[in-house]
Amino acid sequence: MIVKRTKLNFWERLYLPAVIAGFRVTIRHFFKKKVTMQYPEEKWKVPEGYRGAPYLVKDPEGRTKCVSCQLCEFICPPKAIRITPPGPVADPAVGNVEKAPHEFKIDMLRCIFCGLCQEVCPEEAIFLMKDYSLTGLTRQEMVYDKTKLLAMGGIHDDQIWKWKHK
Amino acid sequence: MVWFHNLSVTEQFLLVSAIKIVCVFCVVMPAVAYSVLAERKISAMIQDRVGPNRVGPGGLWQPLADGIKTFLKEDFVPAHVRKAYFWLAPMVSMTPALLVLAVIPFGSNLGGEHMVIADLNVGILYTFGIVSLGVYGIVLAGYASNSKYPFLGGIRSSAQMISYEIAMGMSVIPVFLIVGDLNLSKVIEYQYQHCWLVFKAPVSFVIFVIAAFAETNRLPFDLPESEQELVGGYHTEYSSMKFALFFMGEYANMIAASAMMVTLFLGGWTLPIGGLNGPADSILMGVAHLVIFMAKVAVLMGLFIWVRWMWPRFRYDQLMDLGWRRFLPLSLVNILATALVLWMVA
Repeated sequence: MIVKRTKLNFWERLYLPAVIAGFRVTIRHFFKKKVTMQYPEEKWKVPEGYRGAPYLVKDPEGRTKCVSCQLCEFICPPKAIRITPPGPVADPAVGNVEKAPHEFKIDMLRCIFCGLCQEVCPEEAIFLMKDYSLTGLTRQEMVYDKTKLLAMGGIHDDQIWKWKHK
Repeated sequence: MVWFHNLSVTEQFLLVSAIKIVCVFCVVMPAVAYSVLAERKISAMIQDRVGPNRVGPGGLWQPLADGIKTFLKEDFVPAHVRKAYFWLAPMVSMTPALLVLAVIPFGSNLGGEHMVIADLNVGILYTFGIVSLGVYGIVLAGYASNSKYPFLGGIRSSAQMISYEIAMGMSVIPVFLIVGDLNLSKVIEYQYQHCWLVFKAPVSFVIFVIAAFAETNRLPFDLPESEQELVGGYHTEYSSMKFALFFMGEYANMIAASAMMVTLFLGGWTLPIGGLNGPADSILMGVAHLVIFMAKVAVLMGLFIWVRWMWPRFRYDQLMDLGWRRFLPLSLVNILATALVLWMVA
């Protein structure tokens, strides 16, 4: 196939058609609806299945679901999770519930939000939630401890009442 | 006012001039700051964005924030620059723009006082003399920075500004052929007695506008700056207030060029409706003339800004081709044609 290469005619070489076309484009966009989102006031809707910050959850009776198996700690690729198990002395307050972690820390600066901890957890105790804007003034502040993780995670409404009859 | 009349004529003149200078300065500097805001807002609108809107209602105090920021920034001087010229260049680029404003009549009169700082008989020659100094700021910056991109910017700028200055100078000759005077106040007088010169010398106006774009280094002629290929061109090595001076110089130049266009072609402070077409006989009318002048300048500033976000930059050879091979002959023909018509009519 031969493509015909026409030369620009006088009118086109005057630069004026381009000027007018450019003006039409800019004026159209000038009055168009703006796409900017006023971020801190307006926020985008987080889709289902979004992998945000990992938090610990409680069961509907308010117990910590985590049993300190440390699978998440071992699988965590950036080694962001550090768990301190309770040791041999059981806390009488939690009765039969075994091995609720003594301390559970996630360094949110190391976390890569991969979701492997959630995938590996046998107790469904850790979930990646919808928080995407984690801020702090110091590095220490960005290491979330057990209290904070549980508070942020809230109660998980699961159907298996594992500890109810124990 | 008794003490004022007790002063000698020279003292009165000095005092009044000083007041005018301060007033003009106090209007032009905020105008420069707010043209930057207007530029940012208009560019944002054209690009479907919102633009600065955090400082004050609708971003109204943004220029203030920008000013504070540039003052507080570290004024970094690279080790490889030529110090004296490096310091000199921003000043040289800012000053001519402000000096041009001295001869522009920005209003008719206010309480019997002519609203022009220096009513020079050779106003336009003075303007062209001063405007051509503007190039030195950029060339000096390019030379003083002692690195390749600013150097390229400086070279481009010298070639560009010199070639467009000729077309610009040639384009206003028909205006003075028609008016018969070099004094800018007389040019305005002619315009309210007859008609705006844009209708009598449209070719001159077109050439002057385009040359003004080239003189002020605005797109589509911003080759000295060339953000993309020259990483900022002549002001690459500058920071803090020195950079801000270049920046303000550019906008002050735009204001000066707009004021020149308004004065030469668009009737200056006059408006052919509502009895505003002549020297003011009351304070209110004098103020109205000031407002009209500023509104006209603002419209042209809008044009300057809008064009920047509309058209791409010329290639360097196209720029030179346009200047030397199109506009120079065109303006010469224009002079000849105007002279012939005037000769036939007379």
